[in-house]
Amino acid sequence: MADLTIVYFAWVREAIGRDEERVARPAPTASVADLVATLAARGGGYAEALGDPARLRAAIDQRFVPLDTPIGDAREVALFPPVTGG
Amino acid sequence: MKRVAIQAADFDVAAELAALEALGGGGVASFIGVVRGEGGLIALELEHYPAMTQVQVDRIVEEALARWPLLGVSVIHRFGRLVPGARIVFVGTASRHRTAALESCAFLIDWMKSEAPFWKKEHFGDGATQWVEARAEDELKAKGWKS
Repeated sequence: MADLTIVYFAWVREAIGRDEERVARPAPTASVADLVATLAARGGGYAEALGDPARLRAAIDQRFVPLDTPIGDAREVALFPPVTGG
Repeated sequence: MKRVAIQAADFDVAAELAALEALGGGGVASFIGVVRGEGGLIALELEHYPAMTQVQVDRIVEEALARWPLLGVSVIHRFGRLVPGARIVFVGTASRHRTAALESCAFLIDWMKSEAPFWKKEHFGDGATQWVEARAEDELKAKGWKS
């Protein structure tokens, strides 16, 4: 199956230093939180941005989801802080 | 009438209101968000999630249309670098009933604050920058509409 695209926004994007990347697809049962933990373990900006999952929100294929949602066969996972529009 | 626009450019408030008035319902409510220039703020930078923003705001508008008897809804949200005094967001609703127009307008702006994928970064005159933190009370307000 194709790789998984991850997109980052706001201070998550700034700490990681990129707005998008592709990673090897995790097991379909892996959750967004599992992915976050794997990425945070890279250290550096990843640890800074993703080390405290309570500060993060996520979307799978452009829909907001809780972090414990399985990634399944999604194409895109987005990681970002709580939104501040309006 | 349903209008959703996610754009860098400013918008013409009079034209937006006129389009809602022309629907003939007799009642139009609106909200305009404007950049505040407090604490030495020189610009507000609005980032968004282009692949998601339009579809997510569409969902919020559909929710309003399902809850209230509306003749029209317009939502415009800007992105990019905005200076104090610049308009950020426009929400307008038209209905034959003032309660529907006013309530749906309040609902839409509350939901835009907690359900639309935008992030604000503040730029200050001394060069400092800061991402705006989400406010718990905004999330509570949006949740209040769910009951």
